[in-house]
Amino acid sequence: MKTWMVTVCWRGWLRGRSNSIFSAMHSLDPGDSFATWRIKARDVLARGIPPEEILWEAAEGSLFEEPPEMVTVAESAVVPPAFVGLAKDVSCHADPRRWELLYRLLWRIVKSGERHVLEIASDPDVAMAHRLAKNVRREIHKMHAFVRFRKAGEADDGRERFVAWFEPDHFIVEAAAPFFRKRFANMDWSIFTPKGCAHWIAGEFKMSPGVPRDPCDQPDVMEGIWRTYYRSIFNPARLKMKAMQSEMPRRYWKNLPEADLIDELSRESTARTHGMIEEPLRPVKRAPANAYLGKLQDLSSFPVADPAASTSLHDIARMTQACRQCPLWEHATAAVPGEGPENAHIMIVGEQPGDREDLEGRPFVGPAGQLLDRALVEAGLDRSTCYVTNAVKHFKWTPRGKLRLHQKPGAGEIEACKPWLLAELSKVAPEIVILLGGTAARSLLGPDVQVTKHRGLVAAPQIASRVVLTVHPSYLLRVDELRKEAEFRQFVADLKLAVSSQVQE
Amino acid sequence: MEVSEKLAILADAAKYDASCASSGATKRDSADGRGVGSAGGAGICHSYAPDGRCISLLKILLTNRCLYDCHYCINRRSSNVRRAAFTPEEAVTLTLDFYKRNYIEGLFLSSGIIRSADHTMEQVVQVARTLREVHDFRGYIHLKTIPEASPELIEQAARYADRISINLELPTQQSLDRLAPEKNLARTKQAMGRIRVKLDDAAERKREGDRKLRHATGQSTQVIVGADAATDADFLARSDELYRAYRLRRVYYSAFSPIPEPSSVLPPVAPPLVREHRLYQADWLMRYYGFSNSELLTPEQPNLDLRIDPKLAWALRNRQQFPLNLQTASRLEMLRVPGLGMKNVDRLLSIRRHTHVRLADLARLRISLPKVRAFIITADHHPAREDLDGDRLLARLAPRPVQLDLFGDAQP
Ligand code: SF4
Repeated sequence: MKTWMVTVCWRGWLRGRSNSIFSAMHSLDPGDSFATWRIKARDVLARGIPPEEILWEAAEGSLFEEPPEMVTVAESAVVPPAFVGLAKDVSCHADPRRWELLYRLLWRIVKSGERHVLEIASDPDVAMAHRLAKNVRREIHKMHAFVRFRKAGEADDGRERFVAWFEPDHFIVEAAAPFFRKRFANMDWSIFTPKGCAHWIAGEFKMSPGVPRDPCDQPDVMEGIWRTYYRSIFNPARLKMKAMQSEMPRRYWKNLPEADLIDELSRESTARTHGMIEEPLRPVKRAPANAYLGKLQDLSSFPVADPAASTSLHDIARMTQACRQCPLWEHATAAVPGEGPENAHIMIVGEQPGDREDLEGRPFVGPAGQLLDRALVEAGLDRSTCYVTNAVKHFKWTPRGKLRLHQKPGAGEIEACKPWLLAELSKVAPEIVILLGGTAARSLLGPDVQVTKHRGLVAAPQIASRVVLTVHPSYLLRVDELRKEAEFRQFVADLKLAVSSQVQE
Repeated sequence: MEVSEKLAILADAAKYDASCASSGATKRDSADGRGVGSAGGAGICHSYAPDGRCISLLKILLTNRCLYDCHYCINRRSSNVRRAAFTPEEAVTLTLDFYKRNYIEGLFLSSGIIRSADHTMEQVVQVARTLREVHDFRGYIHLKTIPEASPELIEQAARYADRISINLELPTQQSLDRLAPEKNLARTKQAMGRIRVKLDDAAERKREGDRKLRHATGQSTQVIVGADAATDADFLARSDELYRAYRLRRVYYSAFSPIPEPSSVLPPVAPPLVREHRLYQADWLMRYYGFSNSELLTPEQPNLDLRIDPKLAWALRNRQQFPLNLQTASRLEMLRVPGLGMKNVDRLLSIRRHTHVRLADLARLRISLPKVRAFIITADHHPAREDLDGDRLLARLAPRPVQLDLFGDAQP
């Protein structure tokens, strides 16, 4: 890599240099390697040689002197980690100005008190470094994408051997190789390029010098099938050649087995699309009689909702799915019906499903539900013997950030949903009803009953012989840490009220 | 039928599915000397078709026979298209052969619905299971599932795949009733809900240190744009709901394109590619830039402006919020300047801690000055009020009206 160095251009690029410094110029040869540059840069930096006195170029035929001796440097230049990462990328670029640029940045960071210069992305040096690094990263990515392996045989133990040819613009082969090592560890492979070759053979990784031409030019049988795929996956009605070329520049085409189809496919696309648009339309075929389709149709056709007409809890659950009595159904996943035995002694009524309940289609399975479960156990109640439901069957929510935030149902929604709750109540006909929170209370006892005032046993014989009113468990989740335990005890005590009333009977 | 002949039919049938991403999988590789392949991080597009779309996965149908009669679909039962079916083994071998040659990142497998949802899902799952369990395949797998399939099968699909998806196809039940009579919005939402619960649980177990776990990391969906009268507002409202409720990774918008064997219920028109592009832009603004869908569209204007991008359209409707001083504005405010993207906003925030921002800085960050000028204040630039007020602003910023050409590069 000695041919790219043209000293004249180089000078023109150095900014604001006086001619006199040329007499004191040092010429350093970093090769193409970041490691070599790093050693030399550290050395001249330690000796305080400013960027304008160094020419980073191939040593051979140079007009200028190497610095007389390499000293081992005591001063270690502390640079931000971001610089090392950026410099590694930039060093892979084919632009001969990269070493000079990196040294100038290094100098500015360490010697000129501009430690934060990398944070100024619009600084001319930083902007250029970013641009070079971006080109390099992009080409590493393209190498990962556009290397096409060809199968070259199989070892006796069945280990497959693959080879590929690739022509990168920059010195990226080594940087791109780890991807292939991790992905194709179980095959032997070589990637040949003019800028270095990478080999993974029998579990050993090796780099070797670049080769000018593809050393093993034999097509692979899969290439034909890959071309078939390429041809078929293209939608002619969407031809967008510019978009395609910006992602897959022409210079890569010659080593892609599918690329010579591009012209043909794009040429034909107009006619193909016209053909489709002008094709006579087909009449709709009738659905064949089919058990599976019949079942699907059944699933979709709910009876028009009339709670009073329901004959079983199962019926109610099914019919709520078709309910349109208030707008809540539209943005919920599904109605969440009650759950539990038809002959339960105890019916527990909450407010409405929350996020988790809405997703699972079951009442009280979210955080509040888990709290309720714990409290029920403490109170000596078995949830599986209770009928657990909500006053409102669809989840009411409002957008907040990326979430669905629970929102209290309004009086209208509670009223609209009440027939469903009453239908459940009349089917289960429980002896005891536990009302959790204001919404449940409002639905069954009306707007005048408040949890704070009427907590505990309430007389509501039209509902059940024992009715207990208490807070909703989600209240316990919100209450502040100090009062949490006491509130939980109180909640359990309320639930026990239901049991003790049962025992008394 | 030869495998390559089947491939021609079954890849052709899969080309209308817009999803292509192979990113976001759990990081894994075969550096340990076992298994085939790797995944994780940003996906790789191994090729591009002349339609500008990335080819990252082997995207095929297991079969294009189908019981359903979705009119926008070439495989519907009333179409006379040639039918074919891969055996699960054929699909597995093809995936491995392509993968080892570095043609693809993995497999995207969908299928026409034959016999029943469960029967079809079982076949699809079997392909993924064979790849994972018999061949220890560590590349990417995306499985398309059917809402009506049993939850256990969907759970299995999620276990073998990196991404699963259920296509919504159309944003409202009325649209489905007309064009896809076997499909049901509520059932799709319910299936998505169940999947989210499973994915949440899996993520939770992983946080708690379950290292053996391999489970999909996300779900996505596709909607078809332009096959019926649904407005952009319908699409964006539905997407917003899906992102929130089911944590979808992406909603793909697929401009409806003419198909062979067209049904009489369809508009025989060129695909609305610009509209598709605008929807992606708006979707992006909702997910990453803090815009709500009601800011982008109103009941009076339920469709996005096709001439200019939705952020510019929003800025022109809200001129009173500009010009914005880049030296002092908040990140969220800066993100709302037309022509400023996330990366450049972050760079500007970093730059201004050290120095005053000038137009030359913007130029070096490769920000389009003509586009941002009227909306910003910098140390050396204070736009004249009339710049922002004048009617000419739109005229200056909107590209000259061109006949949108079906066969050219219609996307701006
Ligand atoms: S919340 Fe109740 S009333 Fe409203 S739609 Fe749902 S089931 Fe019907």
